[in-house]
Amino acid sequence: MSIAVHTETPVIEVSHVSTRFGPTVVHQEVSLTVMKGEVFAIAGGNGCGKSTLLREIIGLLTPAAGSISLLGADSRELQHTDGGSLHRRFGVMFQHGALFSSMTLAENVAVPLREHTSLSAGLIRDIVALKIALVGLPPDSGVKFPRELSGGMRRRAALARAIVMDPELLFLDEPTAGLDPMIAAGFDDLVLDLKRLLGLTVVMVTHDLDSLWRIVDRVAVLGEGHVLGMGTMEQLAASEDPAIRNYFHGPRGRAAQLNHSGRASHRD
Amino acid sequence: MDLPHTTETRGQAAAVTFVEGRTLRCRGSWTMSDVGPVERALRVMEWPAGGALRFEGSGIQALDTGGAVVLSQAVMEARRRGCEVTVEGLQSEHAQLMNLVSVHWDAMMAHVAARPKGTARLQSIIRNVISRFLCGLEFIGETAMAFLRVCSSPGHLRWRSALNSLRLDGVNALPITGLLTFLIGVVIAYQGAEQLRKFGTNIFIVDLVGISLLREIAPLIAAILIAGRSGSAYAAHIGTMKVTEELDALRTFGLSPTELLVLPRMLALVVALPLLTVYADVLGVFGGMLIAANQLNVSFTAFLSRFEEAVALRHFLIGVGKAPFFAVIIALVGCYQGFQIRGGVDDVGRHTTMSVVQSIFLVIIFDALCSIMLNWWDL
Repeated sequence: MSIAVHTETPVIEVSHVSTRFGPTVVHQEVSLTVMKGEVFAIAGGNGCGKSTLLREIIGLLTPAAGSISLLGADSRELQHTDGGSLHRRFGVMFQHGALFSSMTLAENVAVPLREHTSLSAGLIRDIVALKIALVGLPPDSGVKFPRELSGGMRRRAALARAIVMDPELLFLDEPTAGLDPMIAAGFDDLVLDLKRLLGLTVVMVTHDLDSLWRIVDRVAVLGEGHVLGMGTMEQLAASEDPAIRNYFHGPRGRAAQLNHSGRASHRD
Repeated sequence: MDLPHTTETRGQAAAVTFVEGRTLRCRGSWTMSDVGPVERALRVMEWPAGGALRFEGSGIQALDTGGAVVLSQAVMEARRRGCEVTVEGLQSEHAQLMNLVSVHWDAMMAHVAARPKGTARLQSIIRNVISRFLCGLEFIGETAMAFLRVCSSPGHLRWRSALNSLRLDGVNALPITGLLTFLIGVVIAYQGAEQLRKFGTNIFIVDLVGISLLREIAPLIAAILIAGRSGSAYAAHIGTMKVTEELDALRTFGLSPTELLVLPRMLALVVALPLLTVYADVLGVFGGMLIAANQLNVSFTAFLSRFEEAVALRHFLIGVGKAPFFAVIIALVGCYQGFQIRGGVDDVGRHTTMSVVQSIFLVIIFDALCSIMLNWWDL
């Protein structure tokens, strides 16, 4: 559970975004706002366009209509690779890590520093070491190649690479998918810690109901091309919308909620 | 917490100055984009030997982890020189960040210290070479066993897959192989024509073109083309199947990837490459024939009648006879490299390249050995 410390400054404003892939309509008039300092989740069933929306926010895709503003700039600017100053203000952790397989882990983490700063090699090495230590990887992992790491370690390494520039905004695409419950919970804690320590705003795409209950401040549920609902988990759990109810009140949703309220009362 | 990173919020450049000998005043924006000069300045700083030293941090406008690392390094360095260091005046969030760095300092140093040792690297290289050699032997053995199994019960061979491979690697390679050997025939005839005309021995163009093409060049060109076309495709295909765990899926059904993927391709190539070689022979000689008629006034009929007496059948047989061996080399190397792919995407590219380079290398080595042996036996 996080103490919401968000100010009322929007860092991401998605307004009236529509997306089409050929005849398939993915989004219709989707609008949402992410405030500075919050952990915001985009949830929804498989194929509802969560990852597509994320890719549009970070400028990898252009929506068919509507506009997206990211840290006060139009996210379409990101398609010019020289939008450097904007690129270094956010970090992205892709679903499968997307670590460069021809580089060691430490080299992977160092890429943004090498490309965007003029720091000395020694200092880059130290900052990289700090970030690898922050995400809790063991000391000998820096010299390993991605293929020599387990899935969980690769995820951590990708997170280290995403936060190496101290971004204001951190995007996580399904950060806990495919991790065992212990590691997934550890990952949630890690995201919260980093958020607190580095003052991040976190936007994540996730299916993980436990994460949604534990670390997320606000959730937007996508479905049928629209934002079905947006708010805190408590608000959404109390929603009457059948689609949202199905999503949060399936057997797993109830278990996660029980688990969460049990833990919360235990803590009190 | 406010962490300016951008040019818009970039303040005064980071700076350090000594005031009153015992106080180091830190000012400006200590962020990754601006802290570089200060880091260099601090590295050559002359620290007072011992005594109290005060870091005055109230002038720091912005601090991120990069700046915090630089500041922590300076503090550590001064401590190492025996100074009693105090850091004062930091804004509370900056102090938190410094705290974060100091909490993780030991872990960080452990990361920095972790480098592979030279001997360990050498050992792993030697182990790699040995294991690769053993893997190669194992692969050849496995394929041979699968081949024997198929020989004893031919129903086990995937005929459909073999025929498909025959079409993809044989029939579809006809245009490019034909065109290339035709052009090679033309080139050899042109080069020979110059020399032969000088001596007035025009008719020997037949010997030149016929023997060199039939015996060496056509089989080699066909083999090299197939190595580039099919060997690489085998490596990439099998490698991708390995990356996507399709090979493991096959094994769980009790199917042998060697029998399913390697044997049909190998047998298809063993059939296709000799046929391609014959086809290449015909087009290459035809190319030579055209130039002979054009440049040396050797008519088609004269060329063909000379061809019959000058070019012994054994040249043709030696050329075509080498082709199945080339085919086995190409198929084995291509498939073997495919099975060797372990990691992700860049491995696929690397092993595909290696399959082409190695199979062409081995084909030429084998060809050279053949030439030497056949020379001993006066063939």
